[in-house]
Order: sequence, then structure tokens, then C-alpha cells
Amino acid sequence: MSALLEARGVGKKFGGVQALKDVTLTINAGEIYGLIGPNGAGKTTFFNVLTGLYTRDGGEVLFAGSPLRLGSPHEVTRAGIARTFQNIRLFGNMTARENVMVGRHARTGAGVLGAVFRSAAARAEEAAIRRRADELLHYVGIADRGDDLARHLSYGDQRRLEIARALATEPKLLALDEPAAGMNATETAALRVLVEGLRADGVTVLLIEHDVKLVMGLCDRVAVLDYGEKIAEDVPAAVQKNPKVIEAYLGGSVA
Amino acid sequence: MDILLQQIFNGLTLGSIYALVALGYTMVYGIMGLINFAHGEVVMVGALVALSVMKPLAAAGLPGPLVVLVALLVAALVCMALGFTIERVAYRPLRNAPRLAPLITAIGVSIVLQQLAMLIWGRSYHAVPPLLPAESHEVLGAQITELQLIIMLVAALTMAGLILLVNRTKLGRAMRATAENPAIAGLMGVDANRIIALTFIIGSALAALAGVLVSANYGIAHYHMGFILGLKAFTAAVLGGIGNLAGAMVGGVLLGLIEALGAGYIGDLTGGILGSHYQDVFAFFVLIVVLIFRPSGLMGEKVSERA
Repeated sequence: MSALLEARGVGKKFGGVQALKDVTLTINAGEIYGLIGPNGAGKTTFFNVLTGLYTRDGGEVLFAGSPLRLGSPHEVTRAGIARTFQNIRLFGNMTARENVMVGRHARTGAGVLGAVFRSAAARAEEAAIRRRADELLHYVGIADRGDDLARHLSYGDQRRLEIARALATEPKLLALDEPAAGMNATETAALRVLVEGLRADGVTVLLIEHDVKLVMGLCDRVAVLDYGEKIAEDVPAAVQKNPKVIEAYLGGSVA
Repeated sequence: MDILLQQIFNGLTLGSIYALVALGYTMVYGIMGLINFAHGEVVMVGALVALSVMKPLAAAGLPGPLVVLVALLVAALVCMALGFTIERVAYRPLRNAPRLAPLITAIGVSIVLQQLAMLIWGRSYHAVPPLLPAESHEVLGAQITELQLIIMLVAALTMAGLILLVNRTKLGRAMRATAENPAIAGLMGVDANRIIALTFIIGSALAALAGVLVSANYGIAHYHMGFILGLKAFTAAVLGGIGNLAGAMVGGVLLGLIEALGAGYIGDLTGGILGSHYQDVFAFFVLIVVLIFRPSGLMGEKVSERA
């Protein structure tokens, strides 16, 4: 398998706190890569650095072979990384369909004049965007909620909508930040089916998750962060047996 | 003559102009939470640029409506460039500054524009040549001029177009997404800087149109005409619920009506103590009352929803 994303020595400081320390990891194309760690280990910080919401303090990230210019969200999106959020961040006052349609911005022309004068090309593009949005709503299983305002959707549906919106940007890498947080067992099982479907359709997935069972069952490889450092990276079975990991999760030394 | 209906016609005319200007305030506020106090001056620049274009063209004997159209086009282009420049020079560097900084800058820009206009066009009042058809017609006992009808029609069509743009196009969707959450919109590939610049450009084009209409309505233009007009339009935007497009339109028309009716009846109501020049008192009194009972304006969202 070829490397899709390579992070080399990525660091991030908040004031005096070293939130990420020299994190180096490689995500291969086509795999589901899990990132786990205790609360405050730096998982979300890594996500935010990776997706351009935070600037990094050192290190570099190669994506699909070329350096990723971090700190500029829409360029990261154009490069092919999309994400969802631990605390869902949809455009609440727009409909579900419109949320997904906004996601198509990264992949469609800009044409202001076309928009103002309703040119044939602009109308055709608009129709294509709408069609694709409906396909994606169907793909994540909320085809019937397209006309509802995003904030009126149920929690589980909002998570699905966020994934549909992220997919609309045609990502090579889809980063999911705790997608199962707050979900019940049924919703989690459905989410698992959805993520497995993504892998089958060729999307590489980076998964941050608290639900260790879900991560171990779903991921091809797993990295563990603790106090901003990567302490393990391996297939799930090996990570589970890694003494450093057990110590980080349970505290104290391993008997 | 029916005074009530007459004042309603006058109020609707004035109100449509307020609404056009109010849209500029509300669009910018909606997308970046900034009150662009320089917006009224953009209206003034639009009116004066249009006037400078009209005079030689009209003297050359071109038909009136064509002259106005050309003047409007030139004024719109100048104002769009001006709006773009203001955002780039005065507001973008302060995007992440505390809220007071861009507000004070806006007042500064407003003063600069007024002084520049005074240097270019002088301190005198300029008569605007009556180029648009102004024939008067009697409707149910009141007089309505063709000019008034043109103003209302043009304003209504423009506003309908803007609503379509914001609700039905990709650009509009990007604007709404940026207004709700610039960071996430950016993550979706929306270039917030570009959207904000375009918002200023569109608002400035509306301001140019308003400038041409208001100077045609009163028949005069001068370098400080933007100040009180801007203040009224801002009031209209707040009245309707700032950040809300429909609110700006309703607020504008309502303010125009209140003012016209106030001017028409204030003398009778106060037994002649207050004359019609107290019309502004009415407008601002209504604003205060509305804000006491609905702090977010008539059509504004509850503050908690905007979080």
C-alpha cells in the first residue's frame, strides 16, 4: 500500500503547553486508520492542525506526495482532506441539502457573474450540485431529510449529514472526529456499516474515537497518543497488548 | 386631496430607498458582524458620480432615461470599486481585532469620504437635472408621480433579485454559510475573504442605485447627503432586525411610512407646536419603542440562535 499522508515531527504549543510533540505517522491509501488516546492526549489538536484550523509549530505533512500548506482550511480541503467535528458543526439555519451543496464548493467553478446573470452554465452546474447532494444524502441514509433545516435533524442524522457534507468535497482522506460520541448502540452499529462502506468505495478514513471496541473492530491500523506523543502504532491486536498503551489508559505500571 | 394616501405614496417611495441602503448595512453585518458606518457615504458618492456623468451627457442632448442608465452604471462601478477598497484597506486588517476597532475605523472612513467628496464636488448643493419622467397622476384623490413609481418598481425588482441571489445561487449559499460559520465554510472550500469582498461589492452597487434614486427624488445632491440617509437606513436595518435581508426591506419601508405619516400629521397632533421638520423624531421614537420590546428587531432572530 502507498502512503497517502505522512506527518513528520508535527508539534503544537498552546502557551506553555506542548499539546503535540514530534508526532510522526503514516496513513496508507485505502485503510481505516484509528487515532486513540486518553482525554487531552492531543487527538483533536492533531486533527485541527491537519485540517488547517490550527497552525503548527514545527514538522511537516506530506499529502499524496506533496507538502500540505497548513493553516489555510480551504486549500487543505482542495488538496483532498475533509473532516467532521466532535461537536457537530453544521450550518444550522440551512437545509440538509444546502449543507451538502456548500461542500461542493471546493470542487466546482466560482463564476460570480454566472450566478448573478443565471447563465446556462451556472444553471447546469447548480443542477449538478443539487443532484450530487441528493446522492450523498441518500448514501448516508437521510435522503428524506433534504428539505429540513440542519438544526431540526436528530443527533444521529446530524452526524450523517456532516459526513455527507465532508464527502461532497470529494476527499481522498476523510477524518472523523469521534463520530460515535453520544450515539446509542444501534446508531453506532449503523455508523460502522457506513464507515466500512466508505472503505469499500475507496475512501481512506482517519478515525478518532473514544469507543475502543469500535476502533479495534473497524480499523486496519491504530496509533495511540498520550500527552501529545505517539506511543504506539500497529494493527489493533498488537496495540491492545502494548504495555505502554495499557499504562496510558489504566494508569500505573503493568503487573 | 387625500393627505393620508398622499403620505403613504411619499412614504413608500422614501422607504424603498431606505430599504436599498439598509440592505447594504444588513448584508455586511450578517456576514461579519460589522456595522459599516461608511455605507451612507458610498450612497453619496454614487449620487455625485452619477450627477457628474449626467450633466455632460444631458447637455449633449441624449434622451433622459438613457443618460440616467449610463450614469447609474458608472456610479455602480465606481461604488463597487470603492466598497471593495474600503473592505480591503480599512476592515480586513482588523478582521480579528476587538469589535470597537473596526467600528471606529468605519466612522473614520466615513469622514474621509465626506471630505474627499467636498474637495471634488465642492460644498454647494447641486441640482440634479430632471431626466426621468415625473408626470403626476391622480390615484384615489392623491398624486403619484411617474418618478415615484419608477423608484418603487426599481427598488422592488432589485430586492427580489437579491433575495433570489442569496437563496437560490451558489454564491448566496456561500454567503449564508460564511455568515453562520466562517471557519467551517472555509473548510468546505469557501474562500471567506472573497465572499466578504463580494458582499461589500454587491452592497455598494445597491448603494449607488439608492444614491441615484434619492437624488432624483429630491432633485439635489451634496457632499453630506450620505450621513443622515445612512443613519436612517441603519435605523431601518435595526428596526427590521439587523442581519436579516427581509427585515431590512420591511424596516426600510416601514421607516419611510412612519416618517411620511409623521411629517403629515405631527402638526395636527401637537396642535401646531411641532412642525413637519420634526419627522425624524417620529422615526427614532418608533425605533426606541421597537427595541425596548423586541431588542433583536421586528424580524431578527433571537440572539441565542446566532451564537
